[in-house]
Amino acid sequence: MREITFMQATLEALSEEMAKNPKIFVMGEGIGKRGGNFNTTKGLFDLYGPDRLCDTPICERGFVGLAAGAAMTGTRPVIDFMFADFILDAAGEIINQIAKIQYMSGGRLKAPVLLRGCIGIGHSAGTHHSGSYYPMYAHFPGLRVVVPSNAYDAKGLLKQSLNSNDPVLFLEHKSLLTKKCPVPEEEFLIPFGKARIVQKGADVTVVALAMMVHQTLEVCKQLEGEGVSVELIDPRTVAPMDIETILDSVHKTGRLLIVDETFAPCGIGAEIAAQVNDRGFDDLDAPIRRLNGAHSPTPYSPPLEAAVVPQPDRIAQEIRDLMAE
Amino acid sequence: MNNLELEKKLDLYRGMRTIRECEERLVRSHQRGLIPGPCHTYIGQEAVAVGVCACLRNDDVIFSTHRGHGHAIAKGLHPRELMAEVFGRATGCSGGRGGSMHLFAPEVGLMGTSGIVGPSILQATGAGYSFKVLKTDQVSVAFFGDGAVNNGAFHEGLNMATIWNLPVLFVCENNQFATEVPFHYSSGNPSVAARGAAYGLPGVEVDGNDVLAVYEVAGEAIQRARSGEGPTLIECKTYRTRPHAEGMDDYSYRTREEVDEWKSRDPILRLREILVADNESMKENLGAMDTEVKALIDEAEKFAEESPYPDPLTAEDHVFSANSRKIDHA
Ligand SMILES: Cc1ncc(C[n+]2csc(CCOP(=O)(O)OP(=O)(O)O)c2C)c(N)n1
Ligand SMILES: [Mg+2]
Repeated sequence: MREITFMQATLEALSEEMAKNPKIFVMGEGIGKRGGNFNTTKGLFDLYGPDRLCDTPICERGFVGLAAGAAMTGTRPVIDFMFADFILDAAGEIINQIAKIQYMSGGRLKAPVLLRGCIGIGHSAGTHHSGSYYPMYAHFPGLRVVVPSNAYDAKGLLKQSLNSNDPVLFLEHKSLLTKKCPVPEEEFLIPFGKARIVQKGADVTVVALAMMVHQTLEVCKQLEGEGVSVELIDPRTVAPMDIETILDSVHKTGRLLIVDETFAPCGIGAEIAAQVNDRGFDDLDAPIRRLNGAHSPTPYSPPLEAAVVPQPDRIAQEIRDLMAE
Repeated sequence: MNNLELEKKLDLYRGMRTIRECEERLVRSHQRGLIPGPCHTYIGQEAVAVGVCACLRNDDVIFSTHRGHGHAIAKGLHPRELMAEVFGRATGCSGGRGGSMHLFAPEVGLMGTSGIVGPSILQATGAGYSFKVLKTDQVSVAFFGDGAVNNGAFHEGLNMATIWNLPVLFVCENNQFATEVPFHYSSGNPSVAARGAAYGLPGVEVDGNDVLAVYEVAGEAIQRARSGEGPTLIECKTYRTRPHAEGMDDYSYRTREEVDEWKSRDPILRLREILVADNESMKENLGAMDTEVKALIDEAEKFAEESPYPDPLTAEDHVFSANSRKIDHA
């Protein structure tokens, strides 16, 4: 099978859906002729024209509020934020309006807005260009939150997002954008709330998202050599969260570690742990563990930056510690 | 404007009377404890919603505010569905999930009222963008108060509508207070209409208690929007003669005299005077119309009171599109 990058995969997905559905339009800064800061819309301006690839002024709240009204009146806006950090300027429009429109209208209106942006720590981007934020969005009813870890998932989930009637936050880790993997040419969609078992294993379940999937994979071989067989699960969407797949795995392994680049307090790991406690307590042979990024803004200097992200050796050690419990 | 045909003037009168009757009934219902939540009435401002919406087609859309009952009715929401919603009943326009500040009736172009000050401006701009992408000749209207013009949404929305030449009307109802804060305190520029120039769109000021004047100004702006000539900002100078919301104190920030003075400029009385001055026998017609409107609202209120509350088991319905939660896990 051919291999393409994460970036190419989402571009293909977007272009295919735009060709099929004339109601899709994209808004953002530099997404027109320029093709997007991360090449998210490269070449689309020539195919679909300026109304459907609309360059905006720097008014995040404004164009997200606009997207709400557009979605309510029959179009399907894709808002390309470049960096997900900028989404915060539009938080009220997302959380108070877009996420609630279906509900407060008693189902009479839909708000199929796709909000996409790059996340993740790396490349000394500094703290205004490094956030991930997905636990926060997953907290709110009415939003789908997608965090793919590879090109295949990114394509299938972006296509799903563009066919969903619910608003979706689609968050793309910067360090994954140029990573390649096999992606079929044929059409496929991946439903929300379906985890992927990245690697089967028998001794310990590790749940990881985005970049942390790759960081964990790096140490799996080594641990295998030490006699520890890791089952690695990538939930792919944090809202909805596929807790069933995690429970099934814990039933088998009896041990659970959640590795997450974002903050621990009130985070994804806390949520998964609570749900597994509720429904899988009898399966547990050891306390559930979490390994998170540091609870601090993201520093700039490379050694500091590396220190706030779970690195492979930390992940390996955490797994060993959990096996020793 | 006095040469507007009689039929149309009577429509405007009926529209304003319907809103007033409904609002006065809601005031009493609130006092009787029938309304579980907040209730911001539109009393005194009816000429704005009615004058603007009379120029719109059914497939044109409006976005409104916390003070949205008048806009909803003027755009065609049946008072029954409004009252039932405000009473929290299953038959309300939002099925009891919205309440007074979250009214939705897309089938008549009521795309929503909002508990947050500002978003109506952006959402109307978005509808205008939809119409551009879909290549239709629909028009979109944002209603908002003077309080919203100092919010960033105003700045961002007007600028975007102007640069993309969108078919949008920005209708500011300057009733001179945002809750208790006078507009002259919160704005460095006493004119909202004058701000249009800052964004490069026409800004027009109109007497918001003169329904014929509002109708004329809105009609022209809508015509411009529909024919591709872009957005307009309209400042309607008006006044609410009830407290900010029912049950709130009203004379800590303004005087009884001021309120009474504005009551004498009541938009319904003013149109009535014009109609009667033209033709003394009109009194009877208007009296008959008042009776009809009263009967309509009697019926609406009865409908609302007799309607069932929503089933608590449905409290989580409509968070996502139909059954998608299940589909996603299938
Ligand atoms: C973003 C936001 N801030 C504050 C409020 C609280 N609030 C509700 S109505 C209101 C005043 C609004 O004044 P204006 O826009 O002039 O409308 P009016 O009530 O006069 O119709 C305020 C401050 C709110 N609903 N939303
Ligand atoms: Mg006001």
